Amino acid sequence: MTSIAKPPVRHPGLRTNALGLTPRDYEGVMSTLCAGCGHDSVTAALVQAMWELAIPPHRAAKMSGIGCSSKTTAYFMKQSHGFNSVHGRMPSVASGANAANRALTYVGISGDGDSLSIGLGQLCHAIRRNVRMLYVIENNGVYGLTKGQFSASADIGSTSKKGDANVQPPIDPVLLALTLGATFVARGFSGDKAQLIPILKAGLSHNGLALVDVISPCVTFNDHEGSTKSYAFTREHEVELAEADFIPLRREITMPASDTTVQSVQMHDGSTVRFRRLEDGYDPTNRDLAYAHVRACQARGEMATGLLFIDENGADMHTVAKTVDTPLAELPFETLCPGQTALQALMEKYR
Amino acid sequence: MSGINDFAFKMATVNGTGSASANSLLMRAIFRMGIPVTGKNLFPSNIQGLPTAYEIRVSKDGYTARPHEVDLVVALNPATFARDVASVRPGGYLLYDSSWPLDPELVREGITILGVPFGKLCVEHFQGDRNRTLLRNIVYAGALAALLKLDIDLVGRMLGQQFAKKPKLLDANNTAIRLGYDYARAHYECPLPFHLERMDANGDCIIIDGNTAAALGAVFAGATVGAWYPITPSTSLMEAFTAFCRQYRTEPGTGRARYCILQAEDELSAAGIAIGAGWAGARSFTNTSGPGISLMQEFVGLAYYTEIPTVIFDIQRTGPSTGMPTRTQQADLLSLAYASHGDTKHIVLFPCSPEECFYLSVTAFDLADRFQTPVFVASDLDIGMNDWMCKRLQWDDDFKPDRGKVLDANDLATVKRFSRYFSEDDDGVAPRTLPGVHPAGAYFVRGSGHDKHGQYTEDSAAYQEVVDRLKHKFATAANSVPPPEFISSDTAADIGIVSIGGCHAAVREALDHLRDQGINADYMRIKAFPFGPQVKAFLDAHPKIFVVEQNRDAQLRTLLTAETGFPRDAMTPVLDYGGLPLTARVVVDAVATGVQIPRLSALDRADSQTQVQQVPA
Repeated sequence: MTSIAKPPVRHPGLRTNALGLTPRDYEGVMSTLCAGCGHDSVTAALVQAMWELAIPPHRAAKMSGIGCSSKTTAYFMKQSHGFNSVHGRMPSVASGANAANRALTYVGISGDGDSLSIGLGQLCHAIRRNVRMLYVIENNGVYGLTKGQFSASADIGSTSKKGDANVQPPIDPVLLALTLGATFVARGFSGDKAQLIPILKAGLSHNGLALVDVISPCVTFNDHEGSTKSYAFTREHEVELAEADFIPLRREITMPASDTTVQSVQMHDGSTVRFRRLEDGYDPTNRDLAYAHVRACQARGEMATGLLFIDENGADMHTVAKTVDTPLAELPFETLCPGQTALQALMEKYR
Repeated sequence: MSGINDFAFKMATVNGTGSASANSLLMRAIFRMGIPVTGKNLFPSNIQGLPTAYEIRVSKDGYTARPHEVDLVVALNPATFARDVASVRPGGYLLYDSSWPLDPELVREGITILGVPFGKLCVEHFQGDRNRTLLRNIVYAGALAALLKLDIDLVGRMLGQQFAKKPKLLDANNTAIRLGYDYARAHYECPLPFHLERMDANGDCIIIDGNTAAALGAVFAGATVGAWYPITPSTSLMEAFTAFCRQYRTEPGTGRARYCILQAEDELSAAGIAIGAGWAGARSFTNTSGPGISLMQEFVGLAYYTEIPTVIFDIQRTGPSTGMPTRTQQADLLSLAYASHGDTKHIVLFPCSPEECFYLSVTAFDLADRFQTPVFVASDLDIGMNDWMCKRLQWDDDFKPDRGKVLDANDLATVKRFSRYFSEDDDGVAPRTLPGVHPAGAYFVRGSGHDKHGQYTEDSAAYQEVVDRLKHKFATAANSVPPPEFISSDTAADIGIVSIGGCHAAVREALDHLRDQGINADYMRIKAFPFGPQVKAFLDAHPKIFVVEQNRDAQLRTLLTAETGFPRDAMTPVLDYGGLPLTARVVVDAVATGVQIPRLSALDRADSQTQVQQVPA
């Protein structure tokens, strides 16, 4: 299998963004995933989100591990640098890259095997470090590339294609992230692009690690009856707690003051996320309430979706480390090397 | 063989009782008297309560290897009395705490036993158990000062500097040092036959440990991202880097950091962070020890295959597995040279002293950038954590870091198609780009099979083109890494001694002792892997080769055979792997024994080797 470039055909009527680029400019090579794979819809949503935010492609870095989901970083933003690392270790590579160059937009794409099994520790510690990045988990409950084994997100009782039922309890990345102190936690569904795109845009503007768990059905190994990560099951059991709308900085925000179902959160870069409450009492800035609501949904057999929690005041990795604004990779050597005079002064202490 | 400015003594104490600062005080005072001195801390993997020993060697000739025997032992740990007494050389001295009756275990014929009531003196003069325990160390330092003719005024001045801001502590320490000093002078003939006399041999020297020096090298090389997971004996490297960065890398005015140090969740993550930062254009490193090296293997392979620079310091300790974490060894040689699965080879540098830790640290960052690959610096616990006397470190302000072939925005503006893994140059190095610089420089890093453009491939020819270039690049590096150090005997010698890293001090000393016995040997100290052409030439030029190293399996010899084709059986291994720093005696005995064995046929030779292998008790 080799990568397949898409023909550079452009429709003259394509809309352009603030950079004069069309959505086609944010695409990558042809996907080699199975036809109908949820991941391709996530890729499409990412293309749309990045295009709408007018992020210069070469100022974004796509980070991934190993698995079907991790392959998708080749399918969007071909003008961006990509880093397909080793299984479960994307978070550390992204942490290091971000440490060296804080000025880039980091998009991490992972899966339930990559992030919840082999890379669970790395995910947890990237959340603790609060690395500024969009962290998407394309969650299908199954190992696709190795042909259908259960992953750590498979629900108890969910059946495999061969009919075996999963017996181990699932790890829910949303609950996990809320527990670990994540400052941005969301869940989407690959079949609901309208909901997903504003979430991705908000995540890209978040000052910290934005975790987005996307239920993304595997059409080949986990889309049958009995699976709890199928298109049909997800559509039927998804419950949106709060509808998020992302408003970039340059657009004027108009909002009727009387509308008490709307809540606005100012993002670090000046943009705004506007929530419309769909469930009574839901407050996406209250971690404990968010956790309780997600659990309550689960108890009812439902799956909470939407931008579930946001804390825009958390300190990201660089804030904690008090690093200079200039990316470390761009600091001139003269500002890094103390020189002979300083060295000789220091040597006196070792006499 | 002891005499003026030529002897060794050992303090056998219990760890966690504060003896380290007294021992360090003694060593530094001798250094300031202008006499060459070495201190070896032989400590347990424990916080408090287990036996620990500190050996100080005084050598007017400037030898810095661990002493083969000690002239004087301070025995303050009842748990190890028998062993400590046995370690005194015949005719030597034992100093013990005579607050209690002489333990029968301390009695031994042929040595002189000196008692000073350290405990009793402390009880009489100081309050509080902890205080008494701590100051007992200063009391024995005072007694040693009298017995060894250490400049007591100098010691007083050093205490004054140490406790300048703590007058209460200063008073207590001054009292303690005088208590020991005066008691010894009043009860024994001072000084002992072997003792100290001022010299002027240390003018351009410092006392520093290898981890501090390596960290300083990373600062001067311009490293900005450090990632690590705490592990003995490498921890102090990142601690030193942190302290130096605070001192030298804090932005004036804002107080913000021109560095980012991340303590990771494990060594896998530490390697990943270092590699991510190297990819994004920063000079990055991680420091670890054996178990961490095992954990980093997968990532090292990724960086090798995707050609990302970073530096990994391995402060070797005794393996396998957890091994003996506070003991030294050189047993990671093979796992560094070929780290990770698949066909992989790596540049490894082998410093022999803290001084070289500084310079080779800088070299490592240059080589990593130049060859776009992870570079190991293989230090060890003895170099990394012990205080060594070495030449004052120097810096050339004209130094410019070699960042290798990196295309900037101007280069990329004119490039037709950027192919990340294509090189037109003789050195096999393909120009790289950094993320964020220019759209034309974007490429996809992948540990999966890729062609010269960086595209995924499963095509045999396209795959091989890339891995063959990597092999060529590695071969080129052999001519760019630091060449070996050679010490030639005055006469043409049949004997060639090959060694590496921390063995150097012992081998250098052994060469002199061997010459005194009429055995002339040439010496080659390997400073880097891959081996340059001089290595094979040295082996070819000497009919009798000894390879001195600190591991069980003769790993350096294996590397020499694998990489130069020189016959394995034509090299006699001299192996020392008990976990303690190498002594010259081990080398002298092995070589002297080895050369007496008549040259045998290749078949018989295997037997002769086993006779000269050194297996410490």
